[in-house]
Amino acid sequence: MKYTVLYDRLKRLSGKFVEFGGFYMPVQFSDGILAEHKAVRESAGIFDVSHMGEFVLEGKDVEKDIAYLFSNDFSDIPDFKVRYTLMLNERGGVVDDLLVYRAAEKKYYVVVNASNIDKDRAWIEAHIKFGSRLKDVSEDTAMIAVQGPKAESIAGEIFGVLPKGFYTFLFAKLGSVPVTISRTGYTGEDGFEIYSSNAAAGDIFDAALAAGKKYGAVLAGLGARDTLRLESAMPLYGHEMNEDTLASEIGLDRFIKMQKHDFIGKDALASKKPEYTRIGLRVVGKGIARENCAVFSGDDEIGRVTSGTMSPSLGYPIAMARVKNDARLINLSVDVRGRRLAVETTAMPFYKKTKQ
Amino acid sequence: MKFSKTHEWITVEGKTATVGVTDYAAAQMGDIVFVELPDVGAKLTIGKSFANVESVKAVSEIFSPVSGRVTEVNAELSDAPELINKDAFSAYLVRVELDAVEDGLLERDEYEASKESF
Repeated sequence: MKYTVLYDRLKRLSGKFVEFGGFYMPVQFSDGILAEHKAVRESAGIFDVSHMGEFVLEGKDVEKDIAYLFSNDFSDIPDFKVRYTLMLNERGGVVDDLLVYRAAEKKYYVVVNASNIDKDRAWIEAHIKFGSRLKDVSEDTAMIAVQGPKAESIAGEIFGVLPKGFYTFLFAKLGSVPVTISRTGYTGEDGFEIYSSNAAAGDIFDAALAAGKKYGAVLAGLGARDTLRLESAMPLYGHEMNEDTLASEIGLDRFIKMQKHDFIGKDALASKKPEYTRIGLRVVGKGIARENCAVFSGDDEIGRVTSGTMSPSLGYPIAMARVKNDARLINLSVDVRGRRLAVETTAMPFYKKTKQ
Repeated sequence: MKFSKTHEWITVEGKTATVGVTDYAAAQMGDIVFVELPDVGAKLTIGKSFANVESVKAVSEIFSPVSGRVTEVNAELSDAPELINKDAFSAYLVRVELDAVEDGLLERDEYEASKESF
């Protein structure tokens, strides 16, 4: 089991720890998931997400390798922009979903899921065709997320300068320590993800907690991160997708640029007809439709719940489900421990942040 | 009040037992958002699951420290499951007409001393 560099601090701050993606991570702190979730929607939450993996990919033909490795199109990405993409296998399944940062021509950062760090590194190394070099800097990279409507004020107080556009980033300093500030997140709110060396992470974390105090920011764990991303209908690797999920079946087509370039998995996607789709559900009565619950249309089983929870912001249970794309989405129910819970389809994202 | 090793509490008055979950169990589960209770008239058996308590993260089975017939369920929990987090010893789950009580239930001090090891 691995620990992030902030473990001792988080333990002292009464984090309740669970295993996640090979790391020992706080699922919540003393106020609980609902309070942490609410704080992120209304003010801000501070998360340790140092378990995420970071690679540097560079080389004189790195743009060609990126085009081949990833399903999204990066041919027109400007410096200091971030783009979400899938990385597919030859069968059109999903090796991982990840963020690509363009630092400069011929130099990119790749941010991957914690549980997939070793797999992704091996995959990319095995599929580099144009001589690019991959460096896995996960072990010495910390990442702190400040998320919520007050994130800009909090991060602004700490760093002075911030990236202006969503999905952009910049290099800054805290004292003499270099940091990378990215305007990204996994909560559906405005927010920042701050990358640094492990050695600098404690100071950044302390500064964020101190600056956040007067804005009502709280320390938040992976439990709130999960309910926040689910309300925003953001997929989570291992739940909405995995290596056996055809990438055209998960509602992420806008990150798959079939017309733009050749990439691993494209031929499979071109030849296989998608049979499933991702839909949003809400439970009509009481009860929670959790992952793996069977979904029914009348008496026909049409798929499975991939993620489900009580939505703290909406006050009713929500779920994402993988269902046959020719299923009639009427008279829907979900099997929960042998009991049928009535559900209905609902638009995703389930929750949209209020305009500032 | 007595306690089970699976973190239920029980009080007995005459032939009626009242059963709930302990504050420790509630804290471990985290924010409780849904409680699935048996119907009035249902038969409970010592050691068998009779209710499900769902927190944001997970669902927990609740095991019965008594055998007998359910005479009353706490209907308040349907709209306010968080009462268990607020005051676990008031927010009972069910009342039961007793046939039998589990052997070896713990006194409060015994439970408090060893609850983290169960």
